[in-house]
Amino acid sequence: MEGIVYLYVFMLAAFVGYEVISRVPVILHTPLMSGSNFIHGVVLVGGMVALGHAETGFEMLLGFVAVVLGAANAAGGYVVTERMLGMFKSGNRKGGA
Amino acid sequence: MTGNWFIHAAYLAVAVVFILGLKAMASPATARKGIVWAGYAMVAAVVVTLFWPGMENRFLIVLGILVGGIPAWRSGKSVAMTDMPQMVAIYNGMGGGAAAAIAAVEFARGEVHGTAITIMAVLGSLIGSVAFSGSCVAWAKLSGKMRKAYRFPSQQTLNIVLAIIVGWLGLGIIVDGDAWAIAILLFFVASLALGVVLTTPIGGADMPVVISLLNAFTGLAVGFEGYVLGIPALIVAGIVVGASGTLLTLLMAKAMNRPIKNVLFTPLTGEASEGGEAIEGQMQETSALDTAATMRYAAKVIIVPGYGMAVAGAQHKVWEMAQLLEEAGVEVAFAIHPVAGRMPGHMNVLLAEAGVPYDKIFDLEEINSDFAQADVALVIGANDVVNPIARTDKSSPIYGMPILNVDQARNVVVVKRGKGTGYSGVENALFYRDNCRMLYGSAQEAIADVIQHVKSMEG
Repeated sequence: MEGIVYLYVFMLAAFVGYEVISRVPVILHTPLMSGSNFIHGVVLVGGMVALGHAETGFEMLLGFVAVVLGAANAAGGYVVTERMLGMFKSGNRKGGA
Repeated sequence: MTGNWFIHAAYLAVAVVFILGLKAMASPATARKGIVWAGYAMVAAVVVTLFWPGMENRFLIVLGILVGGIPAWRSGKSVAMTDMPQMVAIYNGMGGGAAAAIAAVEFARGEVHGTAITIMAVLGSLIGSVAFSGSCVAWAKLSGKMRKAYRFPSQQTLNIVLAIIVGWLGLGIIVDGDAWAIAILLFFVASLALGVVLTTPIGGADMPVVISLLNAFTGLAVGFEGYVLGIPALIVAGIVVGASGTLLTLLMAKAMNRPIKNVLFTPLTGEASEGGEAIEGQMQETSALDTAATMRYAAKVIIVPGYGMAVAGAQHKVWEMAQLLEEAGVEVAFAIHPVAGRMPGHMNVLLAEAGVPYDKIFDLEEINSDFAQADVALVIGANDVVNPIARTDKSSPIYGMPILNVDQARNVVVVKRGKGTGYSGVENALFYRDNCRMLYGSAQEAIADVIQHVKSMEG
C-alpha cells in the first residue's frame, strides 16, 4: 500500500513542478534552472542516510562518495544561484534611478 | 518509511519551503528571498538527518560534507560570471553522481528488494550515471578542456548498442531479484559510458539545452532514490525538479527551433566541415564618433545585446545610450535571441534589471521582420546568433539555428572586443558584409565613448 502512496507523491510532485515553471515568463528561466539545480542537492540527505547505514568498507566508500558529491551539488548550487540573483539586484540599484 | 516522526515532520516542512522557494525564484522581486529560504531549508534537512535513529559513521558524514561542500562553495564564490554555465553543469553532475552512488550503496547492502524498489533503483542508477558523466563532458566542453564536438566512429550504432546493453542489464537486474554483483557493476559502467557517448558529439550552441536536460535527469534520479530510501522529501524535491526541468528543456529546444531529438541524435558538429561557403570581403572598422552620428540621425535603431555585453556589465551604459537616442527622437528597440547569454532568458533579466522597460524588449519572432526597416542595428557582444551563415550554409554546424536578421538593416555596427569567432567556433559572415562596420573595444568603454559623442551632438 505504501508503494502506491508513493506513486501518488510522484504524480502530484510532477504536476507541481510543471505548474511552477509553466507560470514563469520565459525571461526568468535562468535563475530557475540554477535554483532547481540547487534543490536537487537535497540528494545530500539521501547520501547521509546511505552512509549512515553502510557497514562494509566498500559500502562506506560509496556512501562517502555520495555525501561528498551531494554536498558539492548543494553548496555549489546555492552559491552560484545566490551570486546570479545578487548580480541582478546590484543591477537594479545602479539602474533604478 | 524509516526514521522517526520528528525527522519526517521536518522533511515535510523542508519540501514545502523548497517548493515555495522555487516559486519565489520565478519573480525577480522575490527571487533572492527564494534561494535564501531554500538554503535554510537545506541546512535544516542536513542537521535533522544527523539525528536519524541508528545512524553510524557520523564522523565520516560530517567529513564528507566538508570535503565536498567547502571546495564547491569556494569555487562557486570565485568563479567568473562568464564561467557560470559550466559551474551549473558540474554541480549538476555531482548531484547525479550522488544519486547513482546511493543506489550503489543500496545494491551493495542487499537492501534492494521487491520489483518496485528494484525498478526505481535501476532507473535512479541509470539516469544518475548518465547525468554525472554527461555533465562532466558538458563541463569539459564549456570550459574549453575538450574539443567542442567529437563524433565517435559509427556514432549511431554505438549509441544503440550501448543503450541495448544498458537496457538488457537493467532488465536482468529487475527480473532476477538477486543479480550478480558483476552484472550490477557492468550496468553502472555501461550507464556512465552512455552519458559520455550521448553528450560528446553535441556542439556548443546546443549546450544550454543539454545542461537543462541533464538537470532534469538529476532531479528524476534523486526522486527515484528517494523512493528506494523511503524519504518522501527527496521524491518531492527530485520530481519537482525533474518535471520543471523537462518542461524548461522543451521550451528551450522550441525557442532554438531544435527538436530535442535532433539535439541528442543529430548533433551540431561544432566545426565547419570542408567545402563550406567561402566568406568574401573584408572587415571594416569604424569609430565611436561615426557610430554615434549614424545612430543619432537615424529614425530607427535596433540594439542586439549578447553575452559579451553581459560579461562587460555594459547593460546600464547601453540603456543610458538608448535613452539619449530616444530623447533625440530616435525609435529604439532591443532584440533578444532565445539563447542570448548562453542560458535562456539571461539577457532579458539583465536588461530588465538595468531598467529597460519590457515593451522595448522583443524576441526573435516579434522583431525579425523589423530589421529591414531599421537604419541601424547595433550588435553588442553577440556573434553566432546574428551569423547569416546559419540561414545558407548547410555544412555549417549552426545551420538551421534561427538567427536575428541583423544583416537586413541599412547599417550594422558590431561592438566587439577583438577579431575572433563566436562560441560555436564558426566564422561570422556578417562581419564581412558591405553594410557592416566593426567598433572594437570593451562594450563598457565603447558605449561610454558613443554616449559622449551623442551628447556633444545635442541641440
